Amino acid sequence: MRIQVRFFAALRERVGISERVISVPENTSIAQVWSLLVEEEVMSNNVLAAKNMEYVHLATLVAEGDEIAFFPPVTGGER
Amino acid sequence: MTVTILDRAFDPWHHLAEYQNQGTQRAGQIGATAVFIGTMRDFNQDESVQGMLLEHYPGMTEGYLEKISDEAARRWDLLDSLIVHRVGELRPGEPIVLVAVWSAHRKAAFEASRFLMEELKSKAPFWKKEQLQEGARWVERNTPG
Repeated sequence: MRIQVRFFAALRERVGISERVISVPENTSIAQVWSLLVEEEVMSNNVLAAKNMEYVHLATLVAEGDEIAFFPPVTGGER
Repeated sequence: MTVTILDRAFDPWHHLAEYQNQGTQRAGQIGATAVFIGTMRDFNQDESVQGMLLEHYPGMTEGYLEKISDEAARRWDLLDSLIVHRVGELRPGEPIVLVAVWSAHRKAAFEASRFLMEELKSKAPFWKKEQLQEGARWVERNTPG
């Protein structure tokens, strides 16, 4: 099945991928999507993930047509 | 309840006046309006900052801000709320965020506006890249209170 994967901010620059459509087998988790695209780097605790624009855990399984995103901790409004 | 993302400089006071003048609010019911404006500083972690690129995740940002606005409306008795947030290239002194909350009494307005800012800060998908005198750096954590 096909999914779209996006990277943001410092993570996009480090990984060198902005957006990519990839094919993955059934029962692929978010963590496995990371491993497929970022082979040389173990996913750190600092990486956040979203599925269809909602925060998800790394064990979450992906489905056909999902948009998966990986990004660093957010730095939105200053306190 | 309104959420707006802007990719250009804005005047929060003008924006607020225009929003209130739309006539969608029942003026006689409002007893309290709490307004918070966040502005870009020209320093961070002891370094002078010349400018900032504020990146976000289009779609998820709006969805998340709408979600916390709904949550605030469930937790407090609110008449209306407004969040306006900048993205793109910012200069020091420019407004970054406007949060306004309307309610019958001050407690709900104060508490809900604080809630919206803290939720926005901790989980909305925004990332800051600061332009320093020499080079640029991604901000890795928020400043403590």
